[in-house]
Order: sequence, then structure tokens, then C-alpha cells
Amino acid sequence: MKVSIDPITRLEGHGKIDIFLDDKGNVDRAYMQVPELRGFEMFCVGRKAEDMPIITARICGVCPEAHHMAAAKALDMAFHAEPPEPAKKLRELLYNAYIFYDHCLHLYYLGGIDVLLGDVSKEQRNIVGLIKKFGVEIGKEVIKHRRYAMEIIKMLGGREIHPVSAIPGGVSKGLNEEERREVESKAKECIEFAKKSMEIFKKVFESKRWNELLGLDSLQTYYMGLVDSNNYVNYYDGDIRIVAPDGKEVAKIKPEKILNYIEEHVEKWSYVKFPYLKEIGWKGLVDGKESGVYRVGSLARLNVADGMNSKEAMKEFEEFRKEGIVHETFAYYHARLIEMLNAAERMHALALDDQITSDDLCTMPAEAGEGIGVVEAARGVLIHHYELDEKGLVKKANMIVATTNNNAAINMSVANAARKVIKGGNVNDILLNKIESAFRCYDPCLACASHALGSTPMIANIYWKGKLYKRLEKNV
Amino acid sequence: MEGKEMKKIAMYWGAGCGGCDVSLLSLHEKILDLLEEAEIVFWPCAMDFKYEDLEKMKDGSIDIAFYNGAIRTEENEEIAKLLRKKSKILVAYGSCATEGCVIGLANLYSREEIFDTVYLKNETTKNEDGIIPSSNDLHLPEFLPHLKTLEQVVKVDAFIPGCPPPKPVLENALEALLQGKTEFGKSVALCDECPRKDSKPEKIEINKFYRWHEKEDNGDCFLAQGIICMGPATRAGCEAECISANIPCTGCMGAVPKVREQGISMLSALASILGDMDEEKEKEIIESLQDVVGTFYKYATAKLLPEGRLKDES
Repeated sequence: MKVSIDPITRLEGHGKIDIFLDDKGNVDRAYMQVPELRGFEMFCVGRKAEDMPIITARICGVCPEAHHMAAAKALDMAFHAEPPEPAKKLRELLYNAYIFYDHCLHLYYLGGIDVLLGDVSKEQRNIVGLIKKFGVEIGKEVIKHRRYAMEIIKMLGGREIHPVSAIPGGVSKGLNEEERREVESKAKECIEFAKKSMEIFKKVFESKRWNELLGLDSLQTYYMGLVDSNNYVNYYDGDIRIVAPDGKEVAKIKPEKILNYIEEHVEKWSYVKFPYLKEIGWKGLVDGKESGVYRVGSLARLNVADGMNSKEAMKEFEEFRKEGIVHETFAYYHARLIEMLNAAERMHALALDDQITSDDLCTMPAEAGEGIGVVEAARGVLIHHYELDEKGLVKKANMIVATTNNNAAINMSVANAARKVIKGGNVNDILLNKIESAFRCYDPCLACASHALGSTPMIANIYWKGKLYKRLEKNV
Repeated sequence: MEGKEMKKIAMYWGAGCGGCDVSLLSLHEKILDLLEEAEIVFWPCAMDFKYEDLEKMKDGSIDIAFYNGAIRTEENEEIAKLLRKKSKILVAYGSCATEGCVIGLANLYSREEIFDTVYLKNETTKNEDGIIPSSNDLHLPEFLPHLKTLEQVVKVDAFIPGCPPPKPVLENALEALLQGKTEFGKSVALCDECPRKDSKPEKIEINKFYRWHEKEDNGDCFLAQGIICMGPATRAGCEAECISANIPCTGCMGAVPKVREQGISMLSALASILGDMDEEKEKEIIESLQDVVGTFYKYATAKLLPEGRLKDES
């Protein structure tokens, strides 16, 4: 018997879950599929290099800033044009505003609903239901602070969605003093809102229900993320650090070396590929030290780092990591809250930086070559790689996106949650949502993951004895 | 609100990036006003209703359905047809649904070329058995031979341009649609609202076009600096957001209404400001225009090439 959830919802992009049950109605296998593909690697070829930050932002409208920056950083390298310090700081400021609003979106509109509302019916599982339970004032606070972060993005990047200001060698627009003051005051309010969010979620973290959620899935995988020179979490720049399931560092490398460390496996049933650590090897959908499966995203970033670059977030980090590496998949939420606080604090610090209103914005591009750009998208390590011809046109393009990095882990988490939740062929909307909640921990972006070909929501079919038994549109 | 019937609205994404869904959320506080007038009955990005719920609705029971994203797979096409059936007004929301957007550039290649590039020739992919994803006991919807706009699949009642629709454009469109109007938006070119319009030249003297990263921006109209800006051929409404960040318009709002082709319209605008010149200089200038399709049809290739460029090869 196969159960399908189609489309999976409250995420970015199209996906579907298929669950296969054995004769007794218990879970045999489960998969999350991405039935879309759009072919960016193909049609970026022949385009002008400077169009890449604009075109590839359209891989994802939820995290366009991540693709925009990864592309711009790859072009800095390809054009041998290291941006001036103020330009890097302006990019980082925009980038932290993005991390803040993206985490805010996930915590209050998408996955966070599963944590905050619990087992309620599907009509209630959305932002409107959240406002009904927590009051319209909280709803307004959420909307306002997300708006603040997007207004900062527009101020720096020209637009709230698909910004345009990161160019090869720097940025096209700076900040004047009046704008700087606005950023400073908005960032300050965002810090307070992040603290408040932490309080709201911590109430759930102390409950019995949270222990059940933590128990749904735990994976002993490798972790990968960017760290700065202090080994603190950094979203915009740094070295890539990889740690083993026991927390030991296995590699710390310059981002441009990353392609020597990973390979992608192809499965017949998914348009999205499965990256793994080359040295450890692909052992299938299994965790543990012998399997090359690794995870990225907020949990991974906090697991590879030794700390955070801001005061309040550092305190939270120390508490979070007090017992070492954290493997529970639902801990992604806690990590996300710490990062939201960190991003707000970092915005504030950058707004006070002496160089932030400088007009030294760009290094003129020199001869064209090859470049790799790596950033931390909200949902994990994102890599853009371009080869340019002598005219600065794209000869070859490859993008390895955050959600693709998590593809193997997401499939394992969905299967683990399904095994815990479905017994004896008993399936209903609430149980199916529990299974969906396992993938939502990763804040997956299937629009990103399907950049190669196309993108939409998820489905689940349940198959039993070789036949379609129930289609998981959750009204079973 | 009293006595007023709530409009039923739906939002769906085909092959797109999700930016359109985010643009709806980015009405910010105004989304609460919208929720006073309308009830959202289907929105996979933000709500848990499934395809099955949509199928159960009565035909024509949704007042306004927004379809964002293009048609890339058979699943996109099926949902477009289903939404058409269930809705009174079907709206193409954003550039992908309206004219294919940047992902329409895929129509310059065949489906086989895309599969080869993504799964076989890709540098980091280890695929010795040459597996190309397809269905086994897990069904994958078919990747269509080329990308289509919404109008190439079903009848469309209204179009909201932009990638994604900029806030002023969206607010104006929603207001009109809630009153039952299907025509809205500005019908002039972007130059009309450009902060640099005072320096727009009648004629320019150049020997080549510059790429915008090749030249230091002096703050004048980009065309006056010899840099391609799609403003003269692009519909106004976004308040020249990109130009405000010192980046030339790339044309995401599509053509000015009643002008069928944005690219031709831009080329004729260029011809007019370049004026007469000798053959050699003309050749030199034309050669400096690199990636003509990607520049002049960045967002409209699918509308221009509905069947792809494949005919000559089949």
C-alpha cells in the first residue's frame, strides 16, 4: 500500500511524499519527491556574466538574496575583482536582513505553525489560525518586523524581492546617513522581536509535546557550514567547515575547494540529486559515520561552529550546544531562532560600522575567467560556479543549492517520522501532517532544489500490496 | 464588511520561484485588509489544502484564482485546467504565467539537451549508469517538451505583470479585480516614471554599447551612457526600482500594452536614438550587442517562441 501527500504544503516549491506500507500496514519505505525542474544550468549558458545575479535570483523568490549573492561572489572571483571592504559590509548587511526575514517567514507562516499550533485541523494550520490563537497583535508584530527587514533589503538592493545591487566587484548602491539611521533603528526593534520570538517558542520547547516532536527523528550525520576566522557562524562569507557526527572537524576549506569534497548521486525517482561527501562515499539513505550523507542549514551551522558573532545570540548558542552536537531534526527550529536573533544583532552592528556609509563601492572587473561563490542560504550552503569566455559570457554554470544538500537527510527524516506515526494502516490528516512536519524542519525550498528543471507543492500516496491505497491529501 | 459577501480567492504556483507568493505576503499589513474582503480557499505555499480539496469544489465557485509560475510539467498543466474550471476569473499573476519569464529561456534548448546537461554532463554528478529520472512505482509528472505561458494552455481573463508584481502594481490590480475589473495598470513606458528621465537623449553618439559592469555610472540616463536599459520598451508601474539602485531596467514588466513584442520595440527605440550612420559603424555597434535574446527577450522568450526553436531540428 502506498500513501501520498500531494501537494506537500507550507513550503517553497513543489513536492510530494510517497509512503509504502507492508502487509501489516506499517511503513516499509517513504520518499519525498520533487516533481519539477527548470533547467537553469542550461539556459544560463550564453548569457552575459553580469546578468547572473539577476537571472539566478529567479531560482527562488523566497531566498533570491542568497542566489544573488552567491552569483555576485562567483563573479568577483571570475573577474578578479575583490570588492572593497565597505561593499562587502553592505552586502553582508543586506544578507543579514534576508536571514532575518526568511527565518521569520518560516517560524510564523510555514513550518513554525506545526510547533506553535500543534495537532489542529488543516483549516487552522496557517498564519490566519496562528493569529486566531495568539491574537492579532502578535500577527501584526510578525508582519511589521518582516516588513522592516524587507524594507532594508529594498533600500540596499533596490527591490524587496529579487534585489539587483550586487554586481561583479561590489555593489551599485551605498547608504546615506539618513538611511543608515533608519537601518539602525529598525535593526534595534528586530533584536527585541527576535528575543520575544525566542520566548514564545521556548514555552513550547519546555512542553511534553516538544519531547514527542524531538523523538520523531534524529540523524547521526555529518554537518557542513560556513564559519568566520573565529569559527563563529557566518552567513555571507568565510571557510567551509565539515564536522563528523561526533563533532570532530573533518575539514576546513576555502569555499572554492568545496567541489573537491562533494559528489552528487542520481536516483531514478527524483528530479533532485543527492549530494554526499566524496571521501566517505554514497551508502544509500542511511546515517552514521560510514555514510557520506551530510546536513546543512541552521542546525548544521550551529553544529559546525564554536559560537556566534553577537552577544545575545552567543548566550543562546552556549545553552543550545551545552551537551555537544545536536542531532534531533526538530532542533532546527531552536537553531533558527538563535540565528534570527544573531542576524538582527549583526544588522545593528553593521549599521554602526564606520565604513557603512562609504562610497567606495566597487572594484572594476578585469579579465574574465572562472569563479565559485558560496554563501549560507537560510536553509544551508549554496554554491554557484561559472566559467566565462573571454567576452564575459557564461560558458558553463552549475549551482548546488541548500535543499539539494539536504535531500538525502530529508528523505530519511520523512521515512523515520512515517515509521513512528503510521501503524496498522491507520492514517489521518493529523498523522500525515506530523510526517510533513519532519521535512518542514529543514525549511526546504523545492523551488531552489528544482532549479535544474521546474517547481510546486507536495503530495502523498500510500501504496499497499502494490496498489494505490490512499492518496494523501490528508482527508483519508 | 457587514452584509458583504466574502470573495473566494485561490493562489497557485506552477513552475516558478515562489517570489509571486512572497509578493502577496509582502503586501505586509495590507494583507489583513485583503482578508476582510476575501477568503483564501487554496494556497499551497501557506495553507494545507490539497489537490483533492480543490477537486471537490464546485465549478466556478472560486471568484478569483491567481496562477503564478509557468507551465513546465504535465502537473502544472492539469492544475491550470482544474483552476480554470473552478474559477470565475482566472488571473495570470507575474511574469512566468504572463510571458514565461527567465525560465522561458529554456525554450532555446530541447528537453533532451536539458536532461543531458543537468544529469549527465554535470561536473559534480556521479552517474555512471546514466540514470535519467523517470517514473517507476513513484510517479514523476512529465517534463513537457517546452515551457508554456498560462494563456497558451487555458483562457486567461487578466494579467498582472512583473517579476514579481511590484507592490504598487499589485495593489492596483487587486483593487480592480475585487471590483470585477480585468483591465488595470499603466499603459506608458518606464521612462515616464524614471528618476533619470531628464537626461534621456534624443540622439546618442557612440561607437559601441557598453555592458553595465564595464563602465563607471555617471548617474545619467543609461542609454545616454551607451548602456542598454529596457525602459523605453517596458511597461511602467514599478516606480523604476532597479534604476533607483543604479541598475538599468531589464524589462520584467513586459511590453507596454498594445505593443506585442518588447524586443522589437526596444530595437526600434535604439535605432531611433542612434540615427543614421555608415554601414561599418552600424556593424560595429550591432556586434557589441551581446546575447541579443537574453537582453531583449529575457522575460518573454516563451511568449515569442511558444514551440521552442525546435521545429528546424525535428
